[in-house]
Amino acid sequence: MEFILNNRLVKTDKPGGMTLLDFIRYDHQLTGTKIGCREGDCGACTVLIGDVKEGKLRYQSMTSCITPLANVKNKHVVTIEGLNMEQLTPVQQAFVDTGGTQCGFCTVGFIMSLSGYCLSAGSATLEEGISAIDGNICRCTGYKSIERATGIIVSKLSRKDDKHPIDWLIREGFIPGYFAGIPERLIALQVASQNPNGRADRLPKVGGGTDVYVQRPDDLVTSDIHPFFDLTDLKSIFLDKNICYVGAGATATDLLESDVFNSMFPNLRKHLKLISSTQIRNMGTIAGNLVNASPIGDLTAFFLALNATLTINKPTGEVRKLPLKEFYLAYRKVDLKENEAVEMLEFHLPDENTFFNFEKVSKRTYLDIASVNTAIRLAVINDNIEVIDVSAGGVFATPLYLEKTCAFLKGKQLSSESVSAAAEILDSEISPISDIRGSKEYKRLLLRQLFFAHFIELFPQKNLKWRRLYEKY
Amino acid sequence: MKNIDSKGHVRGESIYLDDIPVQIGTLHGEIFDAPCAHGKIKNVDYSQAEQFPGVVRIITFKDIPGENQIGGIIPDEPLFAEDEVHFWGMPVALIIATSEFIARQAKKLIKIDIEELDCIVDPKEAREKGSLIFPPRTFKIGDVDSVWEACEHVFEGEADSEGQEHLYIETQGAYAFQMENGNIRIASSTQGPTAVQRTAARVLGVGMHKIEVDVTRLGGGFGGKEDQATSWAVMAALGAHLLKRPVKIVLHRMDDMCMTGKRHPYRSDFKIGLSKDFKIKAYQVTFHQNAGAAADLSPAVMERTLFHATNSYHIPNVTATAYSCKTHLPPNTAFRGFGGPQGMFVIESAIAKAAHELGIDASRIQERNLLKDGDELPYGQVMEHALARKTWATAHKKFQLEAKRTDIADFNQKNKYIKKGLAIQPVCFGISFTNTSMNNARALVHIYSDGSVGVSTGAVEMGQGVNTKMLQVAANAFSIAPEKVKLETTNTTRVANTSPSAASATADLNGKALQIACDKLLTRLKETAANMVGAEVSSIELQDEQVYCNNKPAGIKWEKLIQTAFLERVCLTENGHYATPVIHFDKTKEKGHPFAYHVYGTAILVVTVDCIRGIYTFDSVEIVHDFGKSMNETIDLGQIEGGLVQGMGWMTMEELKYNSNGKLLSNALSTYKIPDIYSVPKEIKVEALETEGHEMAIRKSKAVGEPPLMYGLGAYFAIQNAVKAFNPNYQPKYHAPFTPEKVLLGLYEKVNVSVSGI
Repeated sequence: MEFILNNRLVKTDKPGGMTLLDFIRYDHQLTGTKIGCREGDCGACTVLIGDVKEGKLRYQSMTSCITPLANVKNKHVVTIEGLNMEQLTPVQQAFVDTGGTQCGFCTVGFIMSLSGYCLSAGSATLEEGISAIDGNICRCTGYKSIERATGIIVSKLSRKDDKHPIDWLIREGFIPGYFAGIPERLIALQVASQNPNGRADRLPKVGGGTDVYVQRPDDLVTSDIHPFFDLTDLKSIFLDKNICYVGAGATATDLLESDVFNSMFPNLRKHLKLISSTQIRNMGTIAGNLVNASPIGDLTAFFLALNATLTINKPTGEVRKLPLKEFYLAYRKVDLKENEAVEMLEFHLPDENTFFNFEKVSKRTYLDIASVNTAIRLAVINDNIEVIDVSAGGVFATPLYLEKTCAFLKGKQLSSESVSAAAEILDSEISPISDIRGSKEYKRLLLRQLFFAHFIELFPQKNLKWRRLYEKY
Repeated sequence: MKNIDSKGHVRGESIYLDDIPVQIGTLHGEIFDAPCAHGKIKNVDYSQAEQFPGVVRIITFKDIPGENQIGGIIPDEPLFAEDEVHFWGMPVALIIATSEFIARQAKKLIKIDIEELDCIVDPKEAREKGSLIFPPRTFKIGDVDSVWEACEHVFEGEADSEGQEHLYIETQGAYAFQMENGNIRIASSTQGPTAVQRTAARVLGVGMHKIEVDVTRLGGGFGGKEDQATSWAVMAALGAHLLKRPVKIVLHRMDDMCMTGKRHPYRSDFKIGLSKDFKIKAYQVTFHQNAGAAADLSPAVMERTLFHATNSYHIPNVTATAYSCKTHLPPNTAFRGFGGPQGMFVIESAIAKAAHELGIDASRIQERNLLKDGDELPYGQVMEHALARKTWATAHKKFQLEAKRTDIADFNQKNKYIKKGLAIQPVCFGISFTNTSMNNARALVHIYSDGSVGVSTGAVEMGQGVNTKMLQVAANAFSIAPEKVKLETTNTTRVANTSPSAASATADLNGKALQIACDKLLTRLKETAANMVGAEVSSIELQDEQVYCNNKPAGIKWEKLIQTAFLERVCLTENGHYATPVIHFDKTKEKGHPFAYHVYGTAILVVTVDCIRGIYTFDSVEIVHDFGKSMNETIDLGQIEGGLVQGMGWMTMEELKYNSNGKLLSNALSTYKIPDIYSVPKEIKVEALETEGHEMAIRKSKAVGEPPLMYGLGAYFAIQNAVKAFNPNYQPKYHAPFTPEKVLLGLYEKVNVSVSGI
């Protein structure tokens, strides 16, 4: 396997399941990249992964602790050593000037994430800049100095030449000159590679690796893996007639950047920001989230409320289709046989009468696992609920499609009375347990609240006197 | 001046423990730990693990040549369990293998047969069962019992605060190897190099002179590496000693969280009595400190709880009693604030409770009782240079408190489902180790013959910027460019018998020692210069790297002066020793003058609570802080912002959960949440109080490490005030942290119904 590590071509026969972090630190002695948690939750090991797609060079930040080596094949891996020049880069200088580094252990991760932001096509706003470092944890500074550093960078980026961003960044000292030659080198690598997406059916299947590398890294790091991460045909998002198709390998970032999704879900950004962090959104795949079968999977709740259908690939080459709500059999058990793989999911396009909302509450609003999440899709015509699908996570052994609640509300008038009555049915459909994410009493109350929140969010103008919902309680 | 480490940090070139180039043949250690909180070990079968390819040796208590004992204050903690285990995660054995991966796989092959015994996780239960670390202590002033009757209002209640994981981003670790003659060098990520040295010597059964401990820097400490970095360093040293090969131990995050102690949880009972005009006449409090399974630093932490039981308030009659309760949690330890925050939470809760019952704002009670000069604290120290009232008044005015209150009342009137809450948090924190004998430090200064300077102190750099401050002291003393000064690693062979870098006092103690060393050198250099120009010593000054005689340049540059001194055989090395004057404390009477000075401040916190979802964001925290005369404003501001956010994390989202069997449930970053960039206040304003500074602080720049953490206490009460604004039926509870769960249950709490989970 080959890839470019900073300015150097690396050819390695290390197992594809080895973590990129160990490879960087212990095989290449690039110790600027730090080990904080080994579960993608602190960002200290953040690196940039560059790839040429459709002729365009693009960098994404990823946590190298849960990135299998196989997932960076033919790519450009940038560590802090690959950014260092004689002079500090403007990002580095800003951290020095604002006191954005104290103990320094998390600092490189922040520098990498912000440098990735400089390399991205994102707009130069403080909000976007902060968003780029939402997966980096600092225990010393309280973040204010880091915010100030980000502000300095954002103002510099406002002058960026969007037509020739790489040249501009090199000129302004953000990145070393060798970046200019990277696209050509990456294309050459891709062409030379005999087996770009080699299938090895007996090996463990790994997508983004964002959960499996947290749960059982030791089972993976010494062997090769069967990488699903980069299969181009699994990443596409497209519309056909009235149906939206999403490849199983698409990441949350792919959804965020998809014109199709943005046009369907006006609040997409707000919803997806609640899901993990920038780095993990760049890595974790949709199918990974679905197959993982966590009762609290965020994207699972999202697609359950869209009443999505899965396309499952059988080893014989046939495919079968299965509604997502029938996919979950029991706790962490899904209707997927050995050697079957989820290939695609599809759902009907929302129309002008359709509303969608996603709610999630966790101990920490961002970069946390939900205590309870829920999504809703409903079509309302003349205040009559024509279509309704509601999902909930964290309140049952599996991700839950709220059958009875939906059945009750279908055909009802949209009113505080009907919603209030539905909340009682909803309460009978769930059986939360007490755990680290909250007591069962809390989860019950929280789901009711989030269920109400759907309607308050979606129909603020309807003057439905939502207040009555609460007067009852 | 910017932090001298920052350039290395942003380039990823600073060296932490795991970045030290390893020697060929280095082995890796992995700890096999107790799988239950309390039990009798019947048998441990290591045979399969020992046979695992790559495993070199498994070390247990039987292999210890010296004492199996690491307890610093009280000798009650073995390095490795012998017959019994006392907490979940207690080290039982050290697996040494050729790689960390192999050691971890071998660990899974060890079979332990253990008879589980009853386990205590609650400190009050421990006290009832007589399970104490050491006898209780009481601080007393006046006589509460004779005053209750005369009080217009008396309220009682409970206030509990949970623990807090340090979550230094660099986990615990050490690297040890043998030198010649059986000497051992340990690189350790510790705040207390001397504790590591002393304990390693004890366990190995050798003199301290055989052990050298070297610390470059820490990737965060916060108290978690004051005492609890010792075990791993000693284990690595033990491995190196027994195997004569280098041994490295770096804890995996989940092992670190499971095996190490945290901020002590406390459960407390209070009684507060007020006069008609809200003067606090009497305060009685009983603290139950959850010390965990061994003493560790608990006696000292408990002591500071007592010292800070009345925070910034003058109360003439106080009885404060503290129990250090022995439970089956990992031994809890130092954490920024060191018991102070836990003590202050109770008095703030008592005031909040009184205010709630009286239907007034808590700030009326707070303001009425702030300390002033001449007030005597329960431990006998009489306040001098008290700034509690000044910081309060300045914050009130500068941040337009009245307008803020009006705006919030207005907002809450207009918004049904979003409520704002405000709290004011004064802080008064004593500076010095409460154990008087620890208040001393040394510094070693070399001036090299080319005029460059090397400085060694006992201070450990862990992000607090102490090395930068030390460099400032030396560069300023000699009036030379900072580039000429190098801060050396903290090493027990250069500076011995050090106190740990803790108690916010590191810069004061080591800085004063360094100042003394520099002054002694300066005296000699002035003599040399006087000889060179043929003038009186008293007419000589060093400024801007040259000699001035009678305020005029004498044409002698720093380098020339040093070269001359060197040729004239003047000693260019000096050692400085500083022991804080004035302070004393008599434990038999529990009275004295334990602190060199106090640090003051007042914070105003405003929160917005989403009353549909039970989540909250902080709009602003505005602080007037007593820096003295800050010698480095960037560094000191960073300490305020960082300390505040850490304190707010403790009060809001950081929730340590153990099950009733003593197993830590919040054992990873996915289950234990510390503040991220979105959860910090939208705005943090820090105003420096104008003062003359304090002579006992280094260059009049007051200690700044711990005090700001306690501004975070206000987060609890701000949220509570917002919940009250939404739900008139809510009955205030005082049990931190105020998680979104407690907020939502509070928002929808019904009359006279106790909701479980709170």
